[in-house]
Amino acid sequence: MSTTTATHHDDHEDHGHPTGVMRWVASTNHKDIGTMYLWFSLFMFFFAGALALGIRAELFQPGLQFIEPENFNKLTTLHGLIMIFGAIMPAFVGFANWMIPLMIGTSDLAFPRLNNMSFWLMIPAAILLMASIFVPGGAVAGGWTMYPPLSVQNPSMGVDMTILALHILGISSIVGSINIITTILNMRAPGMSLMKMPLFVWTWLITAFLLIASMPVLAGALTMLLTDRHFGTTFFDAAGGGDPVLFQHVFWFFGHPEVYIMILPAFGLISTIIPTFARKPLFGYASMVYATSAIALLSFVVWAHHMFTTGMPVAGQLFFMYSTMLISVPTGVKVFNWIATMWKGSLTFETPMLFSVAVVLLFTIGGFSGLVLAIVPVDIQLQDTYYVVAHFHYVLFSGAAMAIMGAVYYWIPKWTGFMYDESLGKTHFWLTTIAFNITFFPMHFTGLAGMPRRIPDYALQFAEFNMISSIGAFALGVSQLLFLYIVVKTIRGGKLAGDNPWETVEGLEWTVPSPAPFHTFETPPTVK
Amino acid sequence: MIKRTIFSLGAAFLSMFAVNSHAAYALNLRAPATDIAGQVYGLHMLILWICIGIFILVFGLMFYSIFKHRKSVGHKAVQFHENHLLEVVWTIIPVIILAAMAYPATKTIVAMKDTSAADMSIKVTGSQWKWAYDYLDQDVKFISTLSTPQDQVHNKAEKGENYLLEVDNPLVVPVGKKVKILLTASDVIHAWWVPSFGVKQDAIPGFVRETWFRADKTGTYRGQCAELCGKAHGFMPIVVEVKEQADYDAWLSAQKDAAAAADAGADKEWTKVDLVAQGEAVYNKNCSVCHGATGAGIPPAFPAMTGSAVATGPLEGHLDIILNGKNIMPAWRDVLNDTDIAAVIAYERNALGNSTGDFIQPSAVKAAR
Repeated sequence: MSTTTATHHDDHEDHGHPTGVMRWVASTNHKDIGTMYLWFSLFMFFFAGALALGIRAELFQPGLQFIEPENFNKLTTLHGLIMIFGAIMPAFVGFANWMIPLMIGTSDLAFPRLNNMSFWLMIPAAILLMASIFVPGGAVAGGWTMYPPLSVQNPSMGVDMTILALHILGISSIVGSINIITTILNMRAPGMSLMKMPLFVWTWLITAFLLIASMPVLAGALTMLLTDRHFGTTFFDAAGGGDPVLFQHVFWFFGHPEVYIMILPAFGLISTIIPTFARKPLFGYASMVYATSAIALLSFVVWAHHMFTTGMPVAGQLFFMYSTMLISVPTGVKVFNWIATMWKGSLTFETPMLFSVAVVLLFTIGGFSGLVLAIVPVDIQLQDTYYVVAHFHYVLFSGAAMAIMGAVYYWIPKWTGFMYDESLGKTHFWLTTIAFNITFFPMHFTGLAGMPRRIPDYALQFAEFNMISSIGAFALGVSQLLFLYIVVKTIRGGKLAGDNPWETVEGLEWTVPSPAPFHTFETPPTVK
Repeated sequence: MIKRTIFSLGAAFLSMFAVNSHAAYALNLRAPATDIAGQVYGLHMLILWICIGIFILVFGLMFYSIFKHRKSVGHKAVQFHENHLLEVVWTIIPVIILAAMAYPATKTIVAMKDTSAADMSIKVTGSQWKWAYDYLDQDVKFISTLSTPQDQVHNKAEKGENYLLEVDNPLVVPVGKKVKILLTASDVIHAWWVPSFGVKQDAIPGFVRETWFRADKTGTYRGQCAELCGKAHGFMPIVVEVKEQADYDAWLSAQKDAAAAADAGADKEWTKVDLVAQGEAVYNKNCSVCHGATGAGIPPAFPAMTGSAVATGPLEGHLDIILNGKNIMPAWRDVLNDTDIAAVIAYERNALGNSTGDFIQPSAVKAAR
């Protein structure tokens, strides 16, 4: 990014634009803030990934070797929380910052100072989350879902720090979403009707509504948890007229939309990448928009499928099973659309395309295991087993995280002005994909065979697959260092990218120079 | 028809994997021991095969395209998009497939939820980190805890065949009888799960949930707590022994005799040495998981026993906290008998680095209840 400053530095001195550290602290520029979000996300990805390697080291063999059980629970909990709130979500916000103004032909987000606040709120939240490890009693250890009474019982200040961190992150997300919705609805270039917006913009518009609708619900659940912990309320304590299961209902009313918050922008990313490398327009643009909306609406009526074993009436189980199964219809529409887009194209397989094709295939495996889990009797057998761990890593790693990596390769020429090293990129792709499957595919088997999740030690019949998973996990972790190396190498130089390195016909972002100047589209383009 | 298909699919796969259910590289659900678990097994196989079929079809097309429609083999892009007929078809067909899956699943759900006409009922209470079983109408109750030695967990001894899946007192039930489980918890949420029975139900403190099973054949079935319940969540297994009715009856009367003998013990006069000796066993089984085998505890959550204000303070306060609990500390009045409570008090006050010298008789515990 330093190149961007150097090249365009002179243009902006007269704007009173700060330099040095203040350029970042006081930034109201969507590109700089987007860059900060992406670096923040990458840092948290490595931090939470290191926690995961702690988990896999302990699970390499049966017996307790490295990590005491109470610390093991802290690792699984923080790994989940930080990956979700620190790595995946901020990465998507980084893409939204960088790309939405460029894609809709406007100069910046609607509220640049709010945008600055959204980012900088994340720093104290991240510090609270990470510092909670070091307070007496340590970090939150009840799983990322923090079910009471376990999370009320834990006396550690770390739990309160986590609750506060999630409150702050919620505010950041809500503010960011308002900003994105306002920008998309009001600041599109003349001629760009809603149904002409790039699909990534559509998926973010819908995601932002999901965030606004679900984050306050999480805040409610967390606040009740906090008052139960400290102020003698009994929202979740039957002894005072409350109900522990109430927390689960409220939490998952947030939690299920949250799942789609983490996957819809990924759908938008690969819907952008696949047409470029198929050299064909997206097969069914309108049906993709409708399918995304349908998934978003359904996400609010399926929450209790996370709770089939809590004991609910037959009618409840049937309703949530049917509604959950229905989600596979719009999701299937998306997968069919991507394949129809590739069909009879003129395909090439640069790194972004490799990642996108892998996402379509591996995400679908996660979708299928999701369908298996929707079937109540089967879910009751598989709930809280490694099958579920396999399922959500297939949707969140090989869905969200790999889409993010593919999109970094896709747009990094626009961000830096340089092409990344294609053979290194492809190496990173194959290492990631193979190591990912070695890590997570065997978890389907351990789950089916009856291994519960969130245990630091396990019965002997699970030993072989756990060892394979652990080997895969370390390979997966080390492979990501290559990703960091490629990104840094690209920033430092390389083959010049040119305005439109992929020779795509779609996308206003390819009409501006590479690297994208500090200010773009000060005069909006006209879209035909 | 669909049901028959499910069962034949399930049976075919059973024969492949049943012998393997405890071996390494187990690939599938454990061999079912109840009708419900068999239905679950069949449902899973049905859906798995449908998914594999769709996967091969859809990704067969994708890989065909990847190999045939690439620029490097000279394929030129054909600029088509949108086809309403195709889009309607690929929306409708999945709905039909889903309905075919939902129909048998619905029937199984209704069967799973039918807890009526049970032959016997057992109240199961989950607590950190053990299961309490109470045979309603039989006056038999006991606690079931992990029996795997700590040396195996800490890699100081070779791990046994049923490592982490073995308990001191298994649940014993008769074969072919519908057993209703009334499930609750005393502290946090646990989940009672026996894979071979197709039963998993959360145990929720303050509420009672019902589930049931009818085991088809005798044998020993193993499961684990399935809801994160704190640090020893991975160490509270469930073992169910299914016996012939006659063997079950014999077991039941032996349990009643043992309980009567223990009650008699409460009325005799004990010496300190005997109480401390018995107290060590009670402590190691019930208390050491939080307060530590050496009494060091894990402050701040779990206070140390050594030098504790309770264990070195007045006897009444010590007895009260054991009987009634406090905060995280569970109440033990319904869990331990009078002799065990007197014994553990004697042990905590005269071992683990404490030496108050005093103790109380089991009869005093009985009086304090």
